[in-house]
Order: sequence, then structure tokens, then C-alpha cells
Amino acid sequence: MKPEFKIISDLISEESRVLDVGCGDGILMEFLIKEKNVDVRGIEISKSKAQNCISKGLTIIEGNAEKDLEQFPDKSFDYVVLSQTLQAFFNPEKVINELLRIGKQAIVTIPNFGYWKIRLHLLLKGTMPVTRTLPDEWYNTPNIHLCTIKDFVFFSKKNRFKLSKSLALRHNRPSLIKDKNLGIKNLSSNLGIFLIER
Amino acid sequence: MNTKEKIKTLLIDKPLKLDCGQTIKDFSLAYETYGSLNESKDNGILIFHALTGDQFVTGTNPVTNKDGWWSFAVGPNKAIDTNKYFVMCANVIGGCMGSFGPSHENPKTKKIYGTDFPVITINDMVNAQINLLDFFEIKKLFSVVGGSMGGMQVLQFVSNFPDRTKTAVPIACTSSHSAQNIAFNELGRQAIAADHNWLDGKYTSKNIVPDKGLAVARMAAHITYLSKKGLQEKFGRKLQERDDLKFGFDADFQIESYLRYQGSVFVDRFDANSYLYITRAMDYFDLAKQCNGNLSNAFKKTKAKFFIISFTSDWLYPTQENKDIVIALNAIGANVGFVEIESDKGHDSFLLDVPDFLKTLKNFLDKSYAEI
Repeated sequence: MKPEFKIISDLISEESRVLDVGCGDGILMEFLIKEKNVDVRGIEISKSKAQNCISKGLTIIEGNAEKDLEQFPDKSFDYVVLSQTLQAFFNPEKVINELLRIGKQAIVTIPNFGYWKIRLHLLLKGTMPVTRTLPDEWYNTPNIHLCTIKDFVFFSKKNRFKLSKSLALRHNRPSLIKDKNLGIKNLSSNLGIFLIER
Repeated sequence: MNTKEKIKTLLIDKPLKLDCGQTIKDFSLAYETYGSLNESKDNGILIFHALTGDQFVTGTNPVTNKDGWWSFAVGPNKAIDTNKYFVMCANVIGGCMGSFGPSHENPKTKKIYGTDFPVITINDMVNAQINLLDFFEIKKLFSVVGGSMGGMQVLQFVSNFPDRTKTAVPIACTSSHSAQNIAFNELGRQAIAADHNWLDGKYTSKNIVPDKGLAVARMAAHITYLSKKGLQEKFGRKLQERDDLKFGFDADFQIESYLRYQGSVFVDRFDANSYLYITRAMDYFDLAKQCNGNLSNAFKKTKAKFFIISFTSDWLYPTQENKDIVIALNAIGANVGFVEIESDKGHDSFLLDVPDFLKTLKNFLDKSYAEI
């Protein structure tokens, strides 16, 4: 289980309605059912992963979040979760707007491209960084829109999204991101977790 | 045993008003069951058959002596596990395996109905089959399942009887027949009508059958059940028991021979007038139209958990048409899951040994049964 799942779960209230976009093998969905007794649905693009979710008894729709979020009515979920997938979309801006239309709140996690190890990798080696959270080479990575924690905070401000909670993850430990410490968090954390609403 | 003794029938005395305006009563509904109903009567699954199916879902069909049409999916420990569930299936009205249909005698005229049989709809079929639940005193089914026209009946069932099933599994189907669907059905009907033996549907009285027309109808339809890739891989340009082309119109190619065979075996088990009536029912099916143009309205009253399955190579009821149902359900926040199964076997995939499909169907049913 990804360490961020526990933190995501802590952001979600009991018995709420949750949509997990890009739910993979449904591990977060199962965890949320167990921890928070939520009514959770998933969307997953991979056929084998979608079938895997069905075998666990999860309610999921095989589909492409980039196109298939349109079918959900406004505010039909309390939370829409997007865990480390934003950077893989062709149009992350559109996806974020869809998340905030469908969900009363959205929880978005991003691998932080501003993490010092990534910066150092690029500085010293001069090649595209390959890390544990970003394990692919430049030529086969699905991550076409990588950003930093700072980028995401600026993006949210520009779009007037309310960041109800901003957390940075370092050595699997979360800490609050504030305006004052944005620079240091952007350097020291490998993952950003944001609870957003409009 | 003659055919009649092999077929279980309910005589429905409750009048049924058909969409065409006529009311029928004292009509027969032929059915078959597999497995056993538990004490709490909550393990019932009603399976709806497709255009040319019948109530003999699995095991050996006692009339044709062939395997039941869904033997891959239904049986002990199979996807629809008859060790666990009580499976029921009825022959649709308009059909030719014992249920009230055009080959029955009209009690008023003492003649075979033929084309005097009322035009029936998917709605009528479902309204006739609800009697099966009453007969077995089942308040709420565990599931309704069906592929193709069976899937249409699943959708209609949930719309008509929102409280009478816990889950619903429409497979490889549509909520309304497209122009292309209607076109293929019309081709089949015209093939039957063009057969001199059809006699405007009165062939039974002359003891003949429009077998050539019905065979052509089946051949044309059969092509729509397969995919181009599947056909190419199975037959390609392979020749039929010959080394070279014969420069004539015999079946030179294996695909020709195969289709001719499919046509010839079909006429032995199916009635031409039933083929007209059932294809008509499919063409008339438009669930959104029944609900003021909004498909979501069909499902507003139900709490049933839906699971919709389509196949990549199905061009008769393609994935997008299945997804339209998913979209209508999501629009009202219904509980719906959806997967598209990878298969080269075309629309027929749901009837065949497609392991990903069978596994996924089993997983959905067994997990849902454990939960609810």
C-alpha cells in the first residue's frame, strides 16, 4: 500500500461518497471501505486492473478519466481522489476542473519534481531523473505533465481553488505546507497531497 | 417422451395487456430451472435468452439433444454457479419452444396463429416472465442476467420491476436498436417473406416450412455475430474439401460451407414466424423513448447494483452503446460497474468460452452475493 493512502483516508469523513480516479488494483478503495465505511466507486483504464477490482467486489468502471468523468453529475461525490495520476493526463487542467465539478472536494497527490534528489540528479547527471516514485525513462514514461509542489500551489491560486489542506510527504511523514515554508517543502518532500475545493 | 413432455409450462391465467393493445390470457410460458431455491428464497437468478435461444440454458437441451446455449457460463461451479444459485429461464412469448407464440393455435379460430399473432415487444416478454417469480414465490431475485436481447430484457425488467432484483447484469446489449440493427433484422425478415413456402405466415397449415428463407436469415445474422478478424483467422480464403476453385457456385470456400451449415441446422430448431416476431420486438425496443427520451428515468426507482459487460470486437452492440447505459446510470448516481472484455469472437463472445468474461461474471456474482 502506498504510504499516502493512510493520509488520504485521514482526510475523508466516515460514510461519505468517494470516487477514486485511476483506482488501479483498488487498494485505496478497499482501505477506505475498511477504515471509513465509504460508498466508493472507481475508474480504471487498464482492463486487467479493472477486472482485478471486480474480483475484489469493488464497483468500478473501466474507462479513461480524461473522457469519462463527463458522465457524472455535479457534486455527486463528497470526495474525488486522484492519486499520483494528474501528471499522466493530456490536459491536467481540464481534469482538475472536472474533479472539482463532480466532487464537493478533491484530493490530489502529486510526485514532486522539485524534490532535492530530482534536482540533484538533473544537475549532476544531466539526464532525466529516475526515482522510486518516478521509475520510468523519459522515452517510456506515462508522466507527460510533471510539476512541483510549488507549481501546483501556484496553479491552484491562479485558478482560485481553495487549498483546504496541503501536506508534504518526506520519509513517509506528512507535514503542513504553508506560504512561509513552501520553498523548503518543495525541496525536501517527494510527494504533495492536497485537499481542494472551489 | 415427446417434445411436449420435455417442456415445463406454466399456464398464465392473469390477463396481460400487450403494448399493441391486445390483452392475452390463459397463455403458456415454458421454462426450465437449474439448482435449487434456498429457504430464504434469495438465491434466484432469472436468465433472459437472446433472439434464437430458449429456456434450456445448460446441460443437454432435451428437444435438440445439443448442449444448452449458455453451457459455458451456467452450471455447477461455473460463472453462474448452479450449486449456489437457483437459475430460471423462460422461453420468451413469441418464441417457439413452448411459450405462447405464432405456432400456437388461436382458440377463437382453431387455426395456427401465424401472422395473426399479436406483435409483441421486449416489455411484453418481461411482463409475461414476471409470472415465473410469482409461481416460485420469489419476492426479490438475486440477479437478472442476459446477453444481447437477453440484456435488453434485463434493462426492461429493472425498469418495470425496480424492487424485484438485487443485481442486474446486461451483457453485450443496447438500450435501443440502431438503424443498422433494424436493417439487419429487416434483411432476415425479407429473406423469410421471399420464400415461396412462407405463404404469408400460413405455411404450417400446408405442412411446409420456409426453410430456405429462414436459413438465409440465419446466415446473414450469423455474420453479424462474428468479427472480421475472427472470421479471417478461422476461415481466411481456405477452400472447402477441394484443391482449387471450381468456377461455379458451389461452396468453394470454407466460410460459405460453414454459413450454409449454420443455416441448415437452424431451420430444424426454429420457427420462421417466431423469427419475424422476435426480431420485430428487438427493433421496437427503445427504453429511452419509453421514459420520455431520458434513459436515466428507466432506472430512477431501482436500488439494484448493475454490472455491464461489453466486448471489444462486438460491432452489433458495440462498447459505446453499452457505455451509454453506464452513463445513464451514473447520471443518477446508481450503483454501476462496467468492463469491456478483450475478445476477437465478436458479439457471440458472451456465448463462448472467453475466460476473462466468465471469470469476471463469476467474480461479480459471487462477491455481490456474499455482500448482499
